[in-house]
Amino acid sequence: MASEAFALETAAAEAGTLRRVAIDPVSRVEGHGKVTLLLDANDEVQQVRLHIVEFRGFEKFIQGRPYWEVPVMVQRLCGICPVSHHLAAAKALDHVVGAEKLPASAEKLRRLMHYGQILQSHALHFFHLSSPDLLFGFASDAGRRNIVGVAAAYPEVAKQGVLLRKFGQEVIRLTAGKRVHGTGAIPGGVNRALSPAERDGLLADIDQIVDWSRAAVHIVKRLHAADPPLYDSFGTFRSNILSLVGADGALDFYDGRLRARDADGKILVDGFAVENYQQLIHEEVKPWSYMKFPFLAALGPRDGWYKVGPLARVQNCDSIATPLAEGERREFIDHGQGRLIHAPLAYHWARMIEMLHAAETIKDLLHDDDLSGSELSCSGTRRHEGVGVIEAPRGTLIHHYRVDDDDLVTMCNLIVSTTHNNQPMNEAIRRVARRYLNGRQLSEGLLNHIEVAIRAFDPCLSCATHALGKMPLQLELQDAAGQVIARMRSAS
Amino acid sequence: MEAVVQNRKLRLATTSLAGCFGCHMAFLDIDERLLDLVERVDFDRSPLTDIKQCGACDIGLIEGGICNAENIHVLQEFRRQCKVLIAIGACAVNGGLPAQRNHLSLGQCLQEVYLTWPGIVSGQIPNDPELPLPLDKVHPIHEIVRIDYFIPGCPPSGDAIWKFLTDLLDGRTPRLGHPLLHFD
Ligand code: SF4
Repeated sequence: MASEAFALETAAAEAGTLRRVAIDPVSRVEGHGKVTLLLDANDEVQQVRLHIVEFRGFEKFIQGRPYWEVPVMVQRLCGICPVSHHLAAAKALDHVVGAEKLPASAEKLRRLMHYGQILQSHALHFFHLSSPDLLFGFASDAGRRNIVGVAAAYPEVAKQGVLLRKFGQEVIRLTAGKRVHGTGAIPGGVNRALSPAERDGLLADIDQIVDWSRAAVHIVKRLHAADPPLYDSFGTFRSNILSLVGADGALDFYDGRLRARDADGKILVDGFAVENYQQLIHEEVKPWSYMKFPFLAALGPRDGWYKVGPLARVQNCDSIATPLAEGERREFIDHGQGRLIHAPLAYHWARMIEMLHAAETIKDLLHDDDLSGSELSCSGTRRHEGVGVIEAPRGTLIHHYRVDDDDLVTMCNLIVSTTHNNQPMNEAIRRVARRYLNGRQLSEGLLNHIEVAIRAFDPCLSCATHALGKMPLQLELQDAAGQVIARMRSAS
Repeated sequence: MEAVVQNRKLRLATTSLAGCFGCHMAFLDIDERLLDLVERVDFDRSPLTDIKQCGACDIGLIEGGICNAENIHVLQEFRRQCKVLIAIGACAVNGGLPAQRNHLSLGQCLQEVYLTWPGIVSGQIPNDPELPLPLDKVHPIHEIVRIDYFIPGCPPSGDAIWKFLTDLLDGRTPRLGHPLLHFD
């Protein structure tokens, strides 16, 4: 697997002799990133890098805050999947307040919130961000490659996308209190139940939502069927995969144990308890990105990197518990003819299967009377440490906290979903650059091919930039009147 | 005013600086009204389009504060190009949560996060010239350029954004009353 990996990461030639082309900013993704290419005199691609250019410092400034603030604070890492951070933090802090097993109502309300989040995030990614490339073509008119273009050409598709996302957002609002950055989960449980009226409101629409989700899977399948060579080979590379798997081996976004497979599908690690994640995963730092590069510690940085997210999850689990999505999963697995599917564009297919599963699960949960239960939280023996892991829309999300006797956070470590996919995204764009860009006059449409590969992973570059950074250069910030109001400190 | 609105579609640009994208999500929370909005405005540079440089626009929405040199360039580009510039959300208005790092020493944080953090191998501080220069403090955007309107909230709701934009498009003075005006 490692034979071809890391090619084009660093050009052999002196950077000064090469021509630089930048895609800046990468658009129709969430967060801030750019891609740089270095080309030689013959337009041969010598280096390709996806840079994560922003820094936050969350892990540092969360230190010293009271632990009960954390589930609300950490959401501001990411406005596309705030619920994932909200719940991963709450799950970690459940251990701190000694809530080892939540009341059924609390767990189901959290699940409902989370599956609403998966539904809205997957709909947003497919319809609002990625569908223009897939429906119009990677090199189609840039002015039309957006949701407005989709709305003009395929009004029904655009409308369904908008309404699928709306439904997911409403599930979140009713369980978390707000559509973005709600407050529903607390350490040890939740703070509100769903009223019968709220439940009935959602139930009125859910069959339509399941139908539209199913239609979305069919759209992606039709795209694959229309051009199998493209969909199977575009940016394709082999790697390990990692995700949570439920206790019974089924797909589970809310809880489970870690399972990793190698590129052939052979299980490397299974039933791995999430609180020991630090033994499983280490992270490498590279000077050209604020995003770290995680890998399976046992295999090392060159062989141990892996994919996470829908493509990993749908193939890592043994089954899906809802019938329509399970039928689609089987068809997907059959498409691989006994092998793991590694094609980045197959992420879209897997993502829509997951969206269908989320819709079906929401329907099941809405029929569960526990949702209007009154036992919403619990607590037990106080502890000083907790790890919470969840499958966010984009992949495995790990939150880890230590809390002192005064209830203040003393340590926070986060490994966010997109970070796991750092090396995979770099690998995909290098394959695409070699195959489509080498030796050619670079047009906007060709450069969009690179972004198409990045978008397949649905990166959340906002989440991925939580670490602080600084460079050994001088910078002054002046206000409109030319007054210096900030100066970057020089290197320490 | 009506006639002008009828004759020409207005151009709208949006960007996220040091924000979490939650304000863009709130913008999309106008739901199916998005399909009405695009009848009246064209999108220019935005994370939703592939336009990478802001052209001449009527309205610019800015999410997020200023945390690095790049943010400043983008903000200045928007100010040059947009007739009306709107700070949307707590981060743009006052720095928001990212500004929590303002009391920390950058050098120390970098050392910790990239060198001594648990599970780190080949620890080093990212310093490639491709990475924009970070500032030692996170700043609200009005400290850099003139801002015409501020919409508070983290994020403001989709309804608030809709009310604000339709007021503006119809030539009314935008007003947000209770409960659209909130700070959380
Ligand atoms: S104001 Fe809140 S929602 Fe908006 S970008 Fe900042 S943290 Fe995100």
